Amino acid sequence: MLDNVVDLSRLQFAVTALYHFLFVPLTIGMVWMLVIMESVWLMTGKQVYQDMTRFWGKLFGINFALGVTTGITMEFQFGTNWAYYSHYVGDIFGTPLAIEGLMAFFLESTMIGLFFFGWERLSRKQHLLVTILMAIGTNLSALWILIANGWMQNPVGAEFSYQTMRMEMTDFAALLLNPDAQAKFVHTVSAGYVTGAMFVLSISSWYLLRGRNVEFARKSFRIAAAFGFASICSVIVLGDESGYTVGEAQQTKLAAIEAMWHTEPAPASFNLLAWPNETRMENDWQLSIPWVMGLIGTRSLSKEIPGIHEIMAQNRLRIQSGMLAVQALETVRRERGNSAALAVLEQHKKDLGFGLLLKKYTADVAHATPQMIAAAARDTIPRVAPMFWSFRLMVGMGMAMLLLFGWAFWASLKGNFQHRPRLLKLALWCLPLPWLSCELGWVVAEYGRQPWTIYGVLPTRLSVSTLSVESLYGSLAGFVGFYTVLLVVEMMLMVRFARQGPGSLGTGRYDHETAH
Amino acid sequence: MLDYASLKVIWWLLVGVLLVGFAIMDGHDMGVGTLLPFVGRDDTERRVVINTVGPHWDGNQVWFITGGGAIFAAWPLVYATAFSGFYWAMLLVLWALFFRPVGFDYRSKIDNPTWRSVWDWGLFVGGTIPPLIFGVAFGNLLQGVPFHFDNNLLSTYDGSFWGLLNPFALLCGVVSSAMITFHGGVYLAHRTEGEIQQRAQRWVRVMGLLWLGGFTLAGIWLALGIDGYVITSAVQPDALPDPLAKTVSRVAGAWLGNYQRWPLTMLLPLSAYLAGIAAMLLLRGGRSFAAFWASALALAGVIGTAGISMFPFVMPSSSHPASSLTVWDSVSSQLTLELMLVATLIFMPLIILYTRWAYKVMGGKVTAAYVRENNHSAY
Repeated sequence: MLDNVVDLSRLQFAVTALYHFLFVPLTIGMVWMLVIMESVWLMTGKQVYQDMTRFWGKLFGINFALGVTTGITMEFQFGTNWAYYSHYVGDIFGTPLAIEGLMAFFLESTMIGLFFFGWERLSRKQHLLVTILMAIGTNLSALWILIANGWMQNPVGAEFSYQTMRMEMTDFAALLLNPDAQAKFVHTVSAGYVTGAMFVLSISSWYLLRGRNVEFARKSFRIAAAFGFASICSVIVLGDESGYTVGEAQQTKLAAIEAMWHTEPAPASFNLLAWPNETRMENDWQLSIPWVMGLIGTRSLSKEIPGIHEIMAQNRLRIQSGMLAVQALETVRRERGNSAALAVLEQHKKDLGFGLLLKKYTADVAHATPQMIAAAARDTIPRVAPMFWSFRLMVGMGMAMLLLFGWAFWASLKGNFQHRPRLLKLALWCLPLPWLSCELGWVVAEYGRQPWTIYGVLPTRLSVSTLSVESLYGSLAGFVGFYTVLLVVEMMLMVRFARQGPGSLGTGRYDHETAH
Repeated sequence: MLDYASLKVIWWLLVGVLLVGFAIMDGHDMGVGTLLPFVGRDDTERRVVINTVGPHWDGNQVWFITGGGAIFAAWPLVYATAFSGFYWAMLLVLWALFFRPVGFDYRSKIDNPTWRSVWDWGLFVGGTIPPLIFGVAFGNLLQGVPFHFDNNLLSTYDGSFWGLLNPFALLCGVVSSAMITFHGGVYLAHRTEGEIQQRAQRWVRVMGLLWLGGFTLAGIWLALGIDGYVITSAVQPDALPDPLAKTVSRVAGAWLGNYQRWPLTMLLPLSAYLAGIAAMLLLRGGRSFAAFWASALALAGVIGTAGISMFPFVMPSSSHPASSLTVWDSVSSQLTLELMLVATLIFMPLIILYTRWAYKVMGGKVTAAYVRENNHSAY
């Protein structure tokens, strides 16, 4: 089916990233729940809170192991499969990854050992400190990864150097304070908090439905309901903020998400539902709400949001300008001192990436035909239907979770939730929602960045390593095989311990005590 | 601040420090993984062995991850060229590493002999394959690797996976593997008692002789039979990095040049020998903690020897020598090197401090009684 290295590399990256992202959000969210539970234990001295920390910690550990396993893949993969990318942007992109290791991942990984093994050897306060440091490490880790990712979405603080043939950092502060990175960080970690809360809420509901470990489950449910309600509100508010920054930096992504083929007079209407038609480049039908899109995307009543056709027209001009940049760069690489070519390069440098899009159609970019230019301009728009539906499903599930957590929080304030089987059943059946919406969020952010790895700078096609198709099939098969086995093993353990409940701690205080 | 040329040399040293840190820290728990099926004869013994590194392997593994990140940031061309060129070797390392987190965390969660045995061998694979492959990779770096750049600095690997498995590289793989197992054995002897400790000590003796012998053989081979590489154009250490701007030749015996130029560097191979022998003697004398640090020094000596022999080369190219990557032309921009240096100087001492604390908290001998008492929480 797939016969080229670019598509296979993309598929392998998507498979491994989506898989990694099954484990990360739960880690990010659960770790704070552990901090809350352990803090309550320290404040009240009630044994049940320590048991909660240890039991939920056990499930956290099962999940964490696979997060670590699959995380190493992500770091390897830039080098193994995206070698030209690594060379072209390593000067900027490598830095947050390395700092993530130094500042965050070391802390998190060292403390997690003490979290599990230090109960008998640390004082209560010391152990809580360990748990807090583990949580801080985990969240800082997310921060640095999203700073790196934010730069892929909105490459600020960097400039192309023709001598070294790569992007180089010019402003570290701009990289750190990149609005895309900030918005993504808060949105993504909040989504993780929701995932952690849903996990605890669902499993606690299951115990309550069965009438097992009632006190333990009630206390867990309450913490999860409150934490989850706060988090889902923050996901939605900050997700909206994220939409705003996307609109600023990546017009193509916003237009594709909204299936906005044409620029409308401000403020634009919002397509609640539509049927995007890729070949006609129109919606077959649409259900719109006036004004809303303009408000979300621009925070104003007067600014226009460009539609797909208009963006393509702008991009065609940028591609034409980029052709000059590519041609000048080729000359400068051949004859280092050529000042005329250098001047042209300087003038058109900001469109260099757009010129490189033509490499898909011809090696001789300088003589690309108008048809090629038109095709490259069409390529700058990601496919609309997957974006449109991924986004709507993600938001729909977010709203469903808002209702669930709202209800659960209200019921937990009133204290009668354990006698509300409908709420408990709903909480149980909603368990997959945060994972599904996190994965869809990844699709919106990363599929929506296509055809670029670095938006506007480096086309995905040029980012790959020089590898054979056979190697790619081999490695992809290996990953799929390993990951399938690992997922089966992980799920088996997770279900086994979740079913067994706190009895698995072997304290003699809970139902279903066994030797292991 | 510092000039570009000094930063380049500092980053060569820092990458070395990270590699040595990785070998000392992740190395000892990988060595323990290799020894696990052999020194632990029943389930309790194996749990004792695993729990000597149980609280620490995760933190230790970050040396590897941070090392990779630092090479990405400081030497992007090396990261890109080596990882894509050694594609299958890297995947083997990666897939072997998969067995570690799950092996450690899942093994003792189910009380079933087959289940536990499978993960024991998984931990063996996860501890044995990566050091073996890193040794083979170093063996290939010393001979030069077949790759070239085009004018846009896109790298292409000109060899095959099987070409990596040549006799000299395999010898380096044996040295690396034996050295890491030796190091793991010393650590294990320090943290256990009784029969496990005695078995670990026996392995230390065997592995010690193996790696010291292999290291000697590799040294002789390198001096007599392996061509080194020399930059034949004028070197401008502070120039913008461009690997295609130089000319390089292969010269017999060139890898010994630095020892003549700076005789003090001979301390590196010398310290590998002395510290390796000292580690064995100290362990026999019952001073296992000192033996651990002697072993660590030996690791630094061996890695330092490989590094200084090649300096300023990092990844010489055998098929197109002018594409060779050196300390001068594979680096990031000055700003990035500066920032990374600041970050390293701030965080590395902190990391060492809290790692030390973690070992202190979890210190002492791991015994069968410890495993029994912590049946539900220990690995």
